[in-house]
Amino acid sequence: MTFELLLVLAAGLFCTGLFGALSQQSIVMIMMGIELMIGGIIVAAAAFWHFLAPAAASGQVVVVAAVVAMAVEMAMGFAVTTALYRSRRVDTADLARDLRG
Amino acid sequence: MVERGPWWTVAAAPLLLAALAALAVAADALLAARGAGRPVTLTAAARPFLALPRALVAGPRRLPAPDLLLWRAGVVTVPVAAVLSTLVIPFGNTVVADPSVGVVWFNAMEVTTWAALWLAGWGPNAAFSLIGGYRFLAQGLAYELPLMFALIAAATGAESLRVGDIAAAQQGLWYAVWMPVAFAAHLAGVLAFSFLGPFAHPAGRDAAGGVLGELSGPDRLLLQAGRWLWLASGAAMAVPLFLGGGAGPGLPAWAWSLVKTLLVLALLVVAARRLPVVRPDRYVELAWVVLVPLTILQVLVPALVVLGR
Amino acid sequence: MDTTDTVLLTVLGVLALAGGVLVFVLDSMARVTFALLVSLACSGGVVTLLGLPYLGVVTVLMMVMEMVIMAVFMIAYMMNPAGLMPMSMLHNTRGALAVSAVLFAALTTGIFAVPWPGREGRPPRDSTVQLGTALMEGQMLTMVVLGLVLLSTMVGATVLATQRGRYDRFGDDLDRRPARDPVGGGVGR
Repeated sequence: MTFELLLVLAAGLFCTGLFGALSQQSIVMIMMGIELMIGGIIVAAAAFWHFLAPAAASGQVVVVAAVVAMAVEMAMGFAVTTALYRSRRVDTADLARDLRG
Repeated sequence: MVERGPWWTVAAAPLLLAALAALAVAADALLAARGAGRPVTLTAAARPFLALPRALVAGPRRLPAPDLLLWRAGVVTVPVAAVLSTLVIPFGNTVVADPSVGVVWFNAMEVTTWAALWLAGWGPNAAFSLIGGYRFLAQGLAYELPLMFALIAAATGAESLRVGDIAAAQQGLWYAVWMPVAFAAHLAGVLAFSFLGPFAHPAGRDAAGGVLGELSGPDRLLLQAGRWLWLASGAAMAVPLFLGGGAGPGLPAWAWSLVKTLLVLALLVVAARRLPVVRPDRYVELAWVVLVPLTILQVLVPALVVLGR
Repeated sequence: MDTTDTVLLTVLGVLALAGGVLVFVLDSMARVTFALLVSLACSGGVVTLLGLPYLGVVTVLMMVMEMVIMAVFMIAYMMNPAGLMPMSMLHNTRGALAVSAVLFAALTTGIFAVPWPGREGRPPRDSTVQLGTALMEGQMLTMVVLGLVLLSTMVGATVLATQRGRYDRFGDDLDRRPARDPVGGGVGR
């Protein structure tokens, strides 16, 4: 039962983050939502490792990949925000529509 | 071999750390007295402690719209993290907890001072205070990587992240002898995360006391105590990492640990008194252009030794 | 897994969720950032309790540094950093709530509907050794790719975020010494 509840925790973190990423206007707040989603993935990967396949290292490698994804997301997010803000004083996703299809 | 101590070590470790910190404060007061030309006596050493009762009864100073919750959290975190970091530091052959990732634990606790000092600067809603917090972050970006590489060098040499294993792996030759750059980077890091001496810029007088500027009463006491607790903790950590832990001829292991810790602490206190304050914008370039490459090369040395073993 | 672990897991799990929800409820950007820190640090605690002390503690370490940097950017870019003026920075709240609620319901149904297989194999004596061996042997390619991604991120992020190039520092003919920098620097370049 612990396993299922941990996965529910992971799903809860992921969906809370998704809500934030979808509903926030500020780019920095959107990034916080994404961080929370990746946090959920870390919890889920650790639970899978512990309860399903502790003899294989794959679960741990997923956690490493998720942590790296967090770092990359932060660095690139802030770099893009800084570049946007510097050139146009824009800090919300609604005002940066260059890639809108 | 380092072993987990009985339950009462949980209470003894913080007391020992506090005693070491108090000794460091007294030694600093003596150096200050000598520097000012006052008589170097016991009274001079006890001088900083006379401020204790006054701080405990002093009324709080409040500014409009402070963020009390975050302010308190920041101020309390510094001494608490210092105490938590000592859980993995062996004293002689005894350690409170001996997790397999002791070095990472120490590093994680030390990094919480980043958050804590920024919060302590943000909380009171005052400009100089916040400047102090930002100064510590700039300093953190500078000292953290060399410090991490120093810890990694010691862990690589012992092929273990367990602090007890690192101390035990130095039978014969201390890491301080053949990893001097890592040792120096560690000592600089200790002064930096306790923001004392050359790294006291976050609490600098030029910014009206920085993070300490708006603090009063018990809060101020906690943050000040946190600085010296961190200095003592960092000095104690240098002993198992670079000075062979409790190993030594004649005396029992705990005595060697104590002697070595006191020597490192004395060195740090003197350095903190004698070195001028370095601005973070200057230190950050020195750290990234000189110290990071040097410490990376330093990590290469134990890596090659381990490979060739 | 004994009782202490279960109690700790429950406490950390509830704190992680509460912190996550507070991120999108609180007004003050500083509080928001540190609510997220509490949430992610509790996730790190959960990972530690699940037998992965290295990954758990490293997650906490990384999150503390990341969130403090995050706080700096929050204060720099947000119009209302301390939350002292009430204002809403949301769009399409209802749609977002619907999407995430449906996803959560679907995930929960899946979690309880799937017949999970039993535990295969035993946990290693030291999970850190297992991870290190995997990254340097079987999963070497993953490690190499992650390293390249991090390197390109460092270069890319620096290029995007800096506005000054070498011609701004060293002049049009690249012969101005010392360089003209807004901040002095420590080694006199």
